[in-house]
Amino acid sequence: MTAPTAAGVLPTYVLRLADDLLINAQRLSEFITRGPELEEELAIANTALDNLGVAQQLYEYVSELEGGARTADEIAFLRAEREFTNCLLVEQPHADFADVMGRQFFLDAWHCELWPALESSGDATLAAVAAKAAKEARYHFRHSAGWVIRLGDGTVESAKRMQRALNTLWKFTGELTTADELDRRAAAQGSGVDPSDLQAAWQDRVGEMLDEAQLTVPADRYQATGGRSGRHTEHLGHLLAEMQFMQRAYPGMEW
Amino acid sequence: MTYEIPEVPGEEKVVITGETAGVWPLWEVFVRAKRGLNHIHVGSVHAADAETAVQNARDTYTRRYEGVSIWVVASAEIHTSDDSAAMFEPFADKPYRHPTFYEIPDEVGQL
Repeated sequence: MTAPTAAGVLPTYVLRLADDLLINAQRLSEFITRGPELEEELAIANTALDNLGVAQQLYEYVSELEGGARTADEIAFLRAEREFTNCLLVEQPHADFADVMGRQFFLDAWHCELWPALESSGDATLAAVAAKAAKEARYHFRHSAGWVIRLGDGTVESAKRMQRALNTLWKFTGELTTADELDRRAAAQGSGVDPSDLQAAWQDRVGEMLDEAQLTVPADRYQATGGRSGRHTEHLGHLLAEMQFMQRAYPGMEW
Repeated sequence: MTYEIPEVPGEEKVVITGETAGVWPLWEVFVRAKRGLNHIHVGSVHAADAETAVQNARDTYTRRYEGVSIWVVASAEIHTSDDSAAMFEPFADKPYRHPTFYEIPDEVGQL
């Protein structure tokens, strides 16, 4: 990925925020019809819709910043895998409910730090979207952290599965709070935040909940990165194939 | 939806019997549409405990901003009237118990 020009920093930065939300929403919606109970399924679908709603606003803003060269839909449905800059965490698949909640818990904890920080962004549009997203994130976190605690402090089996999910996902969490050149430039412009500044707060938030859940914060080890520059795990391509199928098969189709 | 509750070494076998065996219990949901109004019964949700019952009620019944406050009550804790013939039908032929049955003298003015 080539470094964006000064004018390109903001749209590229907003794009990565949106990609995290879109891909996470797609992953969550895979759980629809597979929830343990109708009510829990609805809760997960609501989170997915919240994420999708914010993603849509951000894609529309990117489109506007780019001068309308592509629409929000084209950005979402017609980019290739290497053009997506979402973090690796959100594209990780789930085998059971603990994986869904573990992934969501790490992401929600991140969003609970990120969005409030972005509320004071120098960019008015981004600040307004962040204010809305911050409220949603607080509820999402209450929901996912509640499940992490319930499963962690539940039965031997539920604690084992919850811990296994956290351990598996842990190597994708470092990327959330790792700053790259674009983050630093967006922060320097006053429109973005440097994620490494939020690292300690994220860790405290996660640690506090895992403590309550009687789970262990996974040991530090290799942290995978690459999502921000379009180098993804093998899972994203499969996700995009499903998500983008309709637009690829029937170009320009509308509902 | 029902579950097999797995047997886990080191844990007591969980046995739930009766109508709710293997399903989350039912909770009745009451939503207050806005400040100053009463909580109104809107339906029910399944949930493992009161905290998740409130969350499930939020996602099921207030996602279009229908409310500002939620109460949940375990359905099993609700006691109902029965034998409706004896309970209520005796009142059906006593319309004079409505205050509107009486003529209000003009001097009383606005009640």
